[in-house]
Amino acid sequence: MPERKVVVGSSGGLHARPANLFVQAAARQPAAVLIAVGDKKPVPAKSILSVLSLGAVKGTEVTLSAEGEHAEESLTALAELLAQDLDAESPEGSDA
Amino acid sequence: MPEVLRGIGVGHGLTAGPILRMAPPLELPPPRTVAAAETEREVDLAVRALTSVQRDLRERAEAATDATTADILEAQVALAADPVLEDGVTTRIRNGTDAPHALRETFDEHRAALEAIGGLFAERIGDLDDLASRALAVVLGREMPGIPDPGHPFILVADDLAPADTAGLDSTTVLALVTERGGPTSHTAIIARSLGLPAVVGCRGILGRPDEELVTVDGATGEVHVGVGGDDVADALDRAALRQDADGRGPGRTADGRPVDLLVNIGSAADLAGVGPVEVSGVAGVGLFRTEFLFLDREKEPTFDEQARAYAEVFRAAGERPVVVRTLDAGADKPLPFLGLPDEPNPALGVRGLRVARLRPETLDVQLAAIAEAAVQTGAQVHVMAPMVATAREAAEFVDRARGHGLGNVGVMVEVPAAALRAGRLLEVADFLSIGTNDLAQYTLAVDRQNGDLPDLLDPWQPALLQLIAQCAEAGRARGKPVSVCGEAAGDPLLAPVLAGLGIDKLSMAPRGVAAVRAALAEHDMAACRRMADAALDADDAAGARTAALAAR
Repeated sequence: MPERKVVVGSSGGLHARPANLFVQAAARQPAAVLIAVGDKKPVPAKSILSVLSLGAVKGTEVTLSAEGEHAEESLTALAELLAQDLDAESPEGSDA
Repeated sequence: MPEVLRGIGVGHGLTAGPILRMAPPLELPPPRTVAAAETEREVDLAVRALTSVQRDLRERAEAATDATTADILEAQVALAADPVLEDGVTTRIRNGTDAPHALRETFDEHRAALEAIGGLFAERIGDLDDLASRALAVVLGREMPGIPDPGHPFILVADDLAPADTAGLDSTTVLALVTERGGPTSHTAIIARSLGLPAVVGCRGILGRPDEELVTVDGATGEVHVGVGGDDVADALDRAALRQDADGRGPGRTADGRPVDLLVNIGSAADLAGVGPVEVSGVAGVGLFRTEFLFLDREKEPTFDEQARAYAEVFRAAGERPVVVRTLDAGADKPLPFLGLPDEPNPALGVRGLRVARLRPETLDVQLAAIAEAAVQTGAQVHVMAPMVATAREAAEFVDRARGHGLGNVGVMVEVPAAALRAGRLLEVADFLSIGTNDLAQYTLAVDRQNGDLPDLLDPWQPALLQLIAQCAEAGRARGKPVSVCGEAAGDPLLAPVLAGLGIDKLSMAPRGVAAVRAALAEHDMAACRRMADAALDADDAAGARTAALAAR
């Protein structure tokens, strides 16, 4: 099964907005993609609860895997997304 | 028939509206084994519950008027739509578990997984619990437990309220609190004061009234008129408006007339749109104008002209009233691409606020020049201050720099304990101090502001924080220079008299907090404020400080 290793780039890890963006993107892929941390059991990438439960922080290496048609394309798209800092797109203002 | 119930009044507000009772916690019926023949019906029941929760949340998200609420609800929809929930529930039912227990166990499994990871990930546990309650309520045909959410304003009725019950209480839809039990220092009374809501506690008989019945609630007399008509409601609201007028429109002051300036925190001219003149709103000026909005999402630094135009717009909106401009508060935690700041392992402890000027002095110079230009153009009363000042040397350098651009009134923010400890030395060079309590709490109690697990330590009632505030106020008094509070603490109506008692003479808060803070100040004379301040300082933690201050009123 094709696999891709990628390091999480979001400063807050796969949490909140980055996790939601990733899961939405996974749900749009033609292939069913799994994501795993280390040698733990791979979980469906389109499940927000499963993705959160990976506990992946910035710098965590995750393994994406997919089977079937368009597997390579799906892996490439999701790996690119994971490597970005998805938190950086909307820096939050803050109170004094 | 109208009837009068009596309890102990809290606050002096008067309001009227329909009552709704807090729904009791859901209890699951005893587990039963699902026979093979009814499995699919049971699966259908559970799946439909999950789908109905999604649909309900989606409708609420679409109806939400502000983007933040909509985003939060959308994230909840995404969680509810997670296929692993349906899979888990279906598998359990096919193994003989009934629908309610299958839902309970499935949610508990994911809850435990998030809990085990902890940190930021555990923040979603509350969301998951909310979904579980919603789904179980649907499957059991019961009300959703907790604070009702009928989509219209109402008066919340309960036996008594615990902190967990009131955590999500929205003071824009809850008009008042009425509890069957509880006394003047109960949690209900405390939360009502801190939200500026009228309340009647220990009100015997209220739990026996039907939901949606119209009542009037008077926090001043402790009377609850039940079973009233629409005319009585309108009449009560009219009297409430009159009472508010009599209580003092106009600037903030204590019961014995000591002025406390009420100021607002804004991020742009638009935030001043709903703020009336000082005679009506009590708002004496802008205590914190955050300038970040101009800089966010920018690849290139905004030019002098662009900045001058934007600042002038705010100054014109403020009119005669003074505006305190905070210079750019950026750093690795609020990154701005054009600054080119390096990544840091601990951004809160790194190059942020005024420290950015060490690397990029020209950014600060352009900003100060633009502020000065806008001040000249508009003739407004403009004050400027720097964020994240730690030493008197930094303060002196900032003051020199700002004066060099022609700005006359220059202060610094106190957000770092070092600055609070050296407040006197800071005021030798600066014209005023403004205390940012959120950051000061983070640095004093050593808790990351983003940390959701230690809310008691970030609580502005922490005696250590109050002590630092007192020290700054004392330094101001000694030198005859103003010291204000502009963090979250300034908008807490119960804390306002304490801050006045500590010697703070200006409070700057979100515009919607002003009315409640003004009312709280008007209820206390300076002697009471000082007693409350002493009692809070003498406590051992934030909750103790709150209780002690209430008891000392």
